[in-house]
Amino acid sequence: MDTTTPSHRLVIEAGRAERNYWRDLWRYRELLYFLSWRDILVRYKQTVIGVAWSVIRPVLTMIVFTVIFGKLAKFPSGDAPYPILVYAGMLPWQFFANALSESSNSLISNSNMISKVYFPRLIVPCSAVIVSLVDFLISFVVLAVLMLWYQYIPSWQIIFVPLFLLLALLASLGFSLWLSALNVKYRDFRYIVPFIVQFGLYVSPVGFASSVVPEKWRLLYSLNPMVGVIDGFRWAILGGDAIIYWPGFLLSTGLTLLILYGGVKYFRKTERIFADII
Amino acid sequence: MSDTVISVENLSKKYLLTHLADKREQLFSSLLTNKLKNVGSRVAGAFKRGPAQGQTVEDFWALKDVSFEIKQGDRVGIIGRNGAGKSTLLKILSRITEPTKGRITIDGRVASLLEVGTGFHSELSGRENIYLNGAILGMSREEIKRKFDEIVAFAEVEQFLDTPVKRYSSGMYVRLAFAVAAHLEPEILIVDEVLAVGDAQFQKKCLGKMEDVSTKEGRTILFVSHNMEAIKRLCDRAFLLQSGRLIYEGSPSQGIDSYFADGSGEDCADLDQIIKKLPSDPAFSFMKVSLSQNKHSVGKFVENGLPLEIEVTYQVFEPTVGLRVFLDFYDDQGTLLFRSFHDEDNTGMPTMQPGKYTSVVVIPEDTLAPIRYELRLNATIYNVRTFYSEGIPIYLNVERSGKANRAYPSEPIRGKLAPFLPWQTIQV
Repeated sequence: MDTTTPSHRLVIEAGRAERNYWRDLWRYRELLYFLSWRDILVRYKQTVIGVAWSVIRPVLTMIVFTVIFGKLAKFPSGDAPYPILVYAGMLPWQFFANALSESSNSLISNSNMISKVYFPRLIVPCSAVIVSLVDFLISFVVLAVLMLWYQYIPSWQIIFVPLFLLLALLASLGFSLWLSALNVKYRDFRYIVPFIVQFGLYVSPVGFASSVVPEKWRLLYSLNPMVGVIDGFRWAILGGDAIIYWPGFLLSTGLTLLILYGGVKYFRKTERIFADII
Repeated sequence: MSDTVISVENLSKKYLLTHLADKREQLFSSLLTNKLKNVGSRVAGAFKRGPAQGQTVEDFWALKDVSFEIKQGDRVGIIGRNGAGKSTLLKILSRITEPTKGRITIDGRVASLLEVGTGFHSELSGRENIYLNGAILGMSREEIKRKFDEIVAFAEVEQFLDTPVKRYSSGMYVRLAFAVAAHLEPEILIVDEVLAVGDAQFQKKCLGKMEDVSTKEGRTILFVSHNMEAIKRLCDRAFLLQSGRLIYEGSPSQGIDSYFADGSGEDCADLDQIIKKLPSDPAFSFMKVSLSQNKHSVGKFVENGLPLEIEVTYQVFEPTVGLRVFLDFYDDQGTLLFRSFHDEDNTGMPTMQPGKYTSVVVIPEDTLAPIRYELRLNATIYNVRTFYSEGIPIYLNVERSGKANRAYPSEPIRGKLAPFLPWQTIQV
C-alpha cells in the first residue's frame, strides 16, 4: 500500500481558495446532467400534452410577434420573410431570457441541497442554463420547419450558428452567475430580474432589425451583449439579408466575456457563505 | 500517524446574530412607518459593511478551538446537547460551510449523510429519485446502475418503483433515501442524526448496515446521535461537545456518563445543598439523605454486588393521614423503572404524629445493572398533594461487581435492571 501521497488529500481552512475546484467540477459533471434532466422531467409530469409544450410555446410566441411587429408596427424586414426574421432573433433571446429567469432563482430553490450536500455550486446555475439550451434546440427544429415552409434556403453562413450559439451561452452564463449569486444575499433580485428581461426585450433586436437604429446611437445600443448575439444569429441564418455592424459586435462580445469573467469570480467568492445565508 | 485520516486543529466557527435595538414595533401602523423610514438607510447600508441602523450584532461561536485526530477505521460517536455544535462540525467537515479559524486535513473520500432524501423530488418516481439522489451524493451513473438492484432490495420498494415518491408513505420514503446513501463507498462516512426518523425495525437495519460498513470494510465513521444505545453499539470512541467546545474524548460509556452528568449534583455533600434549597411546606420537610454500602458512605460509584442503603431523615409538623415517602428509579434514558413507597407493608392508613423520623431502604445486591440511574426522592399525602414537584435527585453510577455474568467478564450486562434470579438445572 502506497503511503507516501494519499490519493485524496483535502485541506480545509478559512479563506483558502479551493484548489481542486475545477477538478471537482469535472468529477461532478454527471450531476450537471442529472439536475438538468430532473428539471425537464418535472416540467411535464402529470401534463397531458407533455413534451409537445416545448414546441407549442415558441410557435405561439412567433405568431404573436409576427402579428404585432410585422402587421401592426410595420417594422421593415428587408428581403427575408418576416416570421423568419423575427424567429431568428427570438430564438437566442428566448434562450437568454429563460436562462436568466430560471437561474436567478436556481440556488434558492435548491437551498435544501446546498445546505446539506457538498458539490461545486457552480453546477446549479449551469444546469438552469442547460435546461434553456434544450428548449433552444427544440425551437431550432421549429425554425428549420419554418424555413422549409417558406422554402427559404439559408446561405452558407449557417455553419456559423454553433459559434453564435456559444456566444449566447457565454452571455447567459455570465448574467446567470451574477444574478444567482446576488439573489442569495439580496432577495430583491427576484423582482429585478423579470424587469430586466422585459426591458431587454425592447432594447434587443428581436422584434426589429438592428439596421433601424440610427447611426449616432449604434455604439451605445451595442453595449447590450445580446445585440451581438442576435445580430450574429440573424447574419448566420438569413445571410446577405442581414448585415453585422462589426464595431458594435466586437463591443458586445467583449462585454459578454467581461461579464462572464466577473460572474465566475463573484460567484466563487460568495459561494463560501451560501450555506450560511441561504 | 500515517493512518490518521482526519486531523482537526483549533477549529472555530463564528456566526453573526443581528438584534433589533428597538423592539417596540407593536402597532401595525408604526411597524409600517418604521419599515418605510428604514428603506433608505437599508439601501445605503447594503453598500457598507456593518450593521444597519437600529441593529446590534453579536458574535456567536458555534465551535471554539476544537482539535482532534481520527484514524482509519475509527468509529466515532459525537454527542452533545442540542445546540452544542455537532451539526456545525459535520457541515464543516463536509465542506458545506467554511471554518472561521483553524485547519482541517482529510485523507480519503468523504460522503456525508446529513439528511435522508436530500434532493429527492416529490414528482419523480422512486427509480428516478434513486438516480438523482445517488448523483447528488457523488455516485457516478455507472455505479448507481450497478447497485440499483441492491438498493431496491434494501429499501423493499420493488412494487412502487415507478410511482412518484409523493405517494410514498413516510416509512417507504425514508427507507428508500437511506438505501441509496447506504450504498455509497466512501473511505469516510459522516452521518448526522438520520436515525431519528423511521421505525425501530428501520433503525436496526440502518445500524446494522453501518456496522457492516465499518467492521467488514474497515471504513471510518463519524456518527452523531442522541440515541445512546446506538452510540454504545456502533462506536469505539466518543466526542462530547458542549457549547461549541470539545470537552471529552474517549470511551463511549464514559462519554455518555459525562453527557448526562452536566452540572447536576452527584456527591452526597451536594445533597445537603439541594435539600436546603427545597421549598418549605407546613406539613413536611426533608432533613437529610445519605447513601452507604457496607457501612461506608458512597462515593462516585456504587457497586451492584453490594446492597445499597438509602437513609432518609425527615420531619412531620402536623398530624397527617396517609403520608408516604417514596423513591422513583429512572434509567439513563429517563424511563421510570419502578416506584417504591416506604409503607408498602402497611394494610391501613395510619396517622403520623408530628416529630422527626428516619426511614431506611435497602436495594439488594445483584439487582441493579451497571448503568447510570437517576433516583428521585419525594413524599406525598395520599389523595391530597405531593410535596415537591420534582423531588430530590440522586444520581447513581453503578459499577459491575456482582454475581451476574461473573464467569464471563467480557459479556456485557444487558437491560436496565439485572436482578439475580435463581435457576435450577438437572440432567434428565
